[in-house]
Amino acid sequence: MSITENKSTKTQNLLEVKDLKMHFPVKGGFFRRTIGNVKAVDGVTFDIKKGETLGLVGESGCGKSTTGRSILRLLNPSAGSVIFDDQDITNVNGKKLRDIRKDIQMVFQDPYASLNPMQMVGNIVSEPIKNYYKNKKEEEMKEEVMELLNKVGLPEDAYYKYAHEFSGGQRQRIGIARALALRPKLIIADEPVSALDVSVQSQVLNLLNELQDEFDLTYLFIAHDLSVVKHMSDRIGVMYLGNVVEVADKHSIYKDPLHPYTQALISAVPDASNFGQKRERIVLQGDVPSPENPPSGCPFHTRCPKAMDKCSSIKPQLKEVKPGQHVACILYD
Amino acid sequence: MSKSEQSKAKAPLLEVKGLETSFSIEGKDYNAVDGVSFTVDRGKVVGIVGESGCGKSVMSLSVMQLLPKGIGKIRNGEVLFDGEEIQSFNEKQMNQIRGKDMAMIFQEPMTSLNPVFTIGYQIEEVLHNHFKLSKKEARNKSVQLLSAVGIPRAAKIVDEYPHQLSGGMRQRVMIAMAIACQPKLLIADEPTTALDVTVQAQILELLKDIQTKNDMGIVLITHDLGVVAESCDEVIVMYAGKIVEKTDVESLFTKPKHPYTKLMMGSIPRLEEDTEKLETIKGIVPSLTKMPQVGCRFANRCPKAMPECTEITPQLEENEQGHEVACLLYETSHPKEGVLG
Repeated sequence: MSITENKSTKTQNLLEVKDLKMHFPVKGGFFRRTIGNVKAVDGVTFDIKKGETLGLVGESGCGKSTTGRSILRLLNPSAGSVIFDDQDITNVNGKKLRDIRKDIQMVFQDPYASLNPMQMVGNIVSEPIKNYYKNKKEEEMKEEVMELLNKVGLPEDAYYKYAHEFSGGQRQRIGIARALALRPKLIIADEPVSALDVSVQSQVLNLLNELQDEFDLTYLFIAHDLSVVKHMSDRIGVMYLGNVVEVADKHSIYKDPLHPYTQALISAVPDASNFGQKRERIVLQGDVPSPENPPSGCPFHTRCPKAMDKCSSIKPQLKEVKPGQHVACILYD
Repeated sequence: MSKSEQSKAKAPLLEVKGLETSFSIEGKDYNAVDGVSFTVDRGKVVGIVGESGCGKSVMSLSVMQLLPKGIGKIRNGEVLFDGEEIQSFNEKQMNQIRGKDMAMIFQEPMTSLNPVFTIGYQIEEVLHNHFKLSKKEARNKSVQLLSAVGIPRAAKIVDEYPHQLSGGMRQRVMIAMAIACQPKLLIADEPTTALDVTVQAQILELLKDIQTKNDMGIVLITHDLGVVAESCDEVIVMYAGKIVEKTDVESLFTKPKHPYTKLMMGSIPRLEEDTEKLETIKGIVPSLTKMPQVGCRFANRCPKAMPECTEITPQLEENEQGHEVACLLYETSHPKEGVLG
């Protein structure tokens, strides 16, 4: 099916995620029955416009990676819908899914584990092309791969080398070249720089920005480091325990965070910019609750410094509080 | 008070002089830490920053005398703890001060706790090693320590195993063990790197509390300049086994001198500012076996490198009051007459 069919309803959004849920069953007991669910993603809603970068930020275990994987359908969501380029891809299978995956690619976190050590870099990068264009000539493909390697800043002889011969930053470049091979529309980057040193991290971030302009890419940028996410994104979604608690453009998130969790998260980032000015730091008490048994009502109420009685009974919905700034908190009802 | 004791009280808590630690690779010795000198005073936090592979952790292991036997050894230099040279100490003497007077927090709370013993057992072990305590006293002390580091339900957690705790909780347990004997010196090797920001904030706050209470000296090893800005008094910037810049935290951030320090600061995205393009440092830290022996070790990656940078080794000297830098851009770093050659 081509995407031109529903042209009349076509929006600016490349990706729309609506009330996405991903629950993993917990098996136990003698008969391995399902005794509970880990609610890794529990009703996530956001959209990404063409050419935009949406950052997803949150602490470990908040479901940001699971969200990324569910969009790519590496996991099958339990509920909700994912609409990519005006097609509902939540339940597509077989050939259709294969076609869609050509347009959505992923860059993984660990550059050491996501590249096959037995394969030459040339083969790693050309594999997606081989997979989709079976009739492509060998030389043509090689030329294409060489160009890709060049684009991500690797020397040409990288083609014949193996992944272990490269440093972490270079490996991540290989991963990026592989993701670009099919000229996707959307790239999901899951913590692409968290394993790298600061000086190398900045090289990879700059590269991602350059490639976005050149290839007209849309990014879903997943990371736990707020400064990195802010640097890369146009808009930011803040996740907590499987829920998006706030979505807004990056300046509002930073200057005027509305959700108490966003406020605490931003105040916790140690920052070297305004040296000498002591900022008011909100130190959260306790740990993130288990997603197997999330708190009732607002998922954050157990640690929220502004929690009220009704927070434990009402689950707040994401609402537009200021233009472009959506918050899920009953303080703003 | 005898004379020696008086001088002991005046001496800095930790003094490292010209430390050289080498590792033997295929029969040859290579210096991972090369001529490092610094002091840590009581009640002060000294930060050590630098990329991975610059020798930060090897330096702290040298101070603790915990280098892997047969592979790594201190070749040169002195380590004075509380005025006493500790390199001549034998294993038994070292075990008496390690854990009691100087303690260490490791980066990985997941791997540095023993999975087959309860939390309580592991803390009590430290206490039994250094104090004569009954089982009950040790148990009570462990529970106290756990609540002191902000662990809820300490009386219950003390009987649990490390895998039952979250990363932040395990790091708290590590801190509880490290402060169990109220050490004078705490070496914290990337204590918050594996943790989320909100937990990191809790842990840093906690360390600060304990430090002011006990007048403890802390060596904080990290690669996060934000953490340095918020918690250190003095900072040492290391590159490839050498100190390239050493100063108080304020002048490091307001007027960094070494090109490496400047680039490192430009390469981190800041929350407060919008930067179009981040600075980058080309290349990577040279490996131990390929380390240039003469000249500045940063020369091949430095945008301001001059021809002489590969020929003259810059000296770490005071350039401004209390601000030491090793870079040939500064007159002070050029070798003195007569020393050349």
